[in-house]
Amino acid sequence: MAKEIYSTYPMVKYLRKEALPTALCPGCGGGTVLNAFANAVDQLKIDPRDLVVVSGIGCSAWIASPYFLADTLHTTHGRAIAFATGVKVGLPDKKVVVISGDGDLASIGGNHLIHAARRNIDITVILVNNFIYGMTGGQVAPTTPFGARTTTSPYRNIEHPLQISETVAAAGASYVARWTTAHVYQLIESIKKALTVKGFSLVEVISQCPVQFGRRNRMKEPAEMLRWFLKDSVPISKARNMSPEELEGKFVIGELVNRERPEFTEELNKLIDEVQEHFGLREE
Amino acid sequence: MIIRGDEPEQIRLLRKLYKKGNYFMQGNEAVAYGALFAGCRFYAGYPITPSSEIAETMAKELPKLGGYYLQMEDEIASIAAMVGASWTGFKVMTATAGPGFSLMQENLGYAVMTETPLVLVDVQRSGPSTGQATKGAQGDFFQARWGTHGDHPIIAVSPTSVEDSFWETVRAFNIAEKLRTPVVVLFDGIIAHARERIRIPDPEEVEVTYRKLPANEEEAKLPFGDPHGDGVPPMPLFGHGYFTHVTGSTHKENGLRDVYTPEVHDRLVRRIHRKIEQNKHVYEKYEEYFTDDAEILVVSWGVTARPSLGAVLKAREEGIKVGLFVPKTVHPFPGERVRELSKKVRAILVPEMNLGQLILEVQRFVNDDVLLKGVNKIGGVPLTVEEILREIRGVA
Ligand SMILES: Cc1ncc(C[n+]2csc(CCOP(=O)(O)OP(=O)(O)O)c2C)c(N)n1
Ligand code: SF4
Repeated sequence: MAKEIYSTYPMVKYLRKEALPTALCPGCGGGTVLNAFANAVDQLKIDPRDLVVVSGIGCSAWIASPYFLADTLHTTHGRAIAFATGVKVGLPDKKVVVISGDGDLASIGGNHLIHAARRNIDITVILVNNFIYGMTGGQVAPTTPFGARTTTSPYRNIEHPLQISETVAAAGASYVARWTTAHVYQLIESIKKALTVKGFSLVEVISQCPVQFGRRNRMKEPAEMLRWFLKDSVPISKARNMSPEELEGKFVIGELVNRERPEFTEELNKLIDEVQEHFGLREE
Repeated sequence: MIIRGDEPEQIRLLRKLYKKGNYFMQGNEAVAYGALFAGCRFYAGYPITPSSEIAETMAKELPKLGGYYLQMEDEIASIAAMVGASWTGFKVMTATAGPGFSLMQENLGYAVMTETPLVLVDVQRSGPSTGQATKGAQGDFFQARWGTHGDHPIIAVSPTSVEDSFWETVRAFNIAEKLRTPVVVLFDGIIAHARERIRIPDPEEVEVTYRKLPANEEEAKLPFGDPHGDGVPPMPLFGHGYFTHVTGSTHKENGLRDVYTPEVHDRLVRRIHRKIEQNKHVYEKYEEYFTDDAEILVVSWGVTARPSLGAVLKAREEGIKVGLFVPKTVHPFPGERVRELSKKVRAILVPEMNLGQLILEVQRFVNDDVLLKGVNKIGGVPLTVEEILREIRGVA
């Protein structure tokens, strides 16, 4: 059975076969994200040898690492973007992509996320927001909706979720978009743009974790979660005319920013040129 | 190879920028120049006293050599970025002090587990916590050894003067490259800020090594194997189309994670230990003074080795048969040599700027019939020749 799926799934050429099947639960949104990423790479005709994929720790960190057949750096919890920064400076001509979860990138790693956006380093971050710490058993996250139940907010969550995309846009990223796993085609288009844009790009994907989140919040089936995403999504053009009260609990989807700003590795190399020129160090 | 195949150009630049000869400089600057001569072209750090001049010197000099200086948002990001850059082929360094060293421990363990060469300079200052920020100390001896969690080997070197810190930094890079491992430079705030004469050599006088790269596709497929029996796997760098997978989780020789098979973990962690144990010749280094006929032995390290030598010289003038042993590589501790020496002496003194750390290593190798005594001082002021001499006289 499994064999048949591998042989008919066209994107399998991008995957490390010896690492399959993936460890993701059935119905997890992670598979959709992996599929969208592989399709974006395929449509852009990116040679995987020109890709370095970096991830942190968590279920979502596993989406592309080790499954994607490229150089892959699976790092410590929260630090993927900092590791990726070193990779990008070392290999400025390669595409450096971080795929990881909301706990990983926006909680323990939140500082690196903000500062990479501020530097506007040419890294693409695909942040899988499932509102929960999936891997460790469904604990409350800084993205968990107000009032939701988790294993460490068993009565209700009394904290307010972080608006990740808005925060990163404000910090200075070149490109920021948010979609859900129910918007696959738009998601692929945004990942393609993120991979093409020069500068820091973030694609936030609202994703279902039926096992750790859905189950405890009256959405046992993955499909129920997808219907919830569709029902509560608001396109950004519409959201601009809505009040904060009306937007409470909604998912604003679409492109938040797409702008040109000086990029970090380019500035770094320009600076080196200037310094070498200034001190007369160029090859005689 | 000094850096990614660019040796002649780098030698030309080094020669043009830093004329060989005598200079008067700070220990921190000497560390930075040592790194530049060793081929370090990537530095990521976060400012902290008493290490900041290393960052400042690197920020000023690296761009001249075509290298990268990154000031990161914190120490965790700094060592993370170094690991990332090291996998693209750069020789990388950071410098910090106690509080920052504490923050780096998780990713130091990651570097051990993923066998990533890097050099981490800890300019020891007085702790615990922020302690006396501007004062030197030797309190991180065991943090360097056991700061990160789990079974792991570590290599740490410790310079004793400004000139020595140039050469020990070069040595740290060479060890890191040869053994594909992180190396800690246990420096201290006193030498870091002391100004002394130092001779800057011609770049060709500096022996510089570069990590082993895969000789063919087969070797590249086993980034954590041991094809040469020396415990050191060739490093398939990113960007070469090898599709290398690197993880801090337990992994097989091909890099893929396997955290369930006991044998896989056992094989990996023991090989990483064996890599260090069987390559002693790469890193073991110590100095001995008057140990031939010594009846009393002083064992000291880093900044305290200097007043220790002064005290030994004075005591010798007084006819006391005392010798000095200075480990330059402090981890792994050259205990076997200490064991040999201890058999001929009746007392061992261990002066250090802490409440007794190196002495615990010494103790493991010395029989109970030898008097073992610490000479300890904290508060940020170095031990003096007089203070150590008094102790030597006390056991003479
Ligand atoms: C320093 C550190 N703290 C805690 C953990 C435990 N841990 C592993 S995964 C994880 C949460 C991951 O959550 P998220 O990034 O949202 O990913 P998900 O599993 O939900 O996809 C935590 C807390 C760890 N590995 N390292
Ligand atoms: S626990 Fe949740 S996030 Fe993790 S694999 Fe299962 S469904 Fe996906």
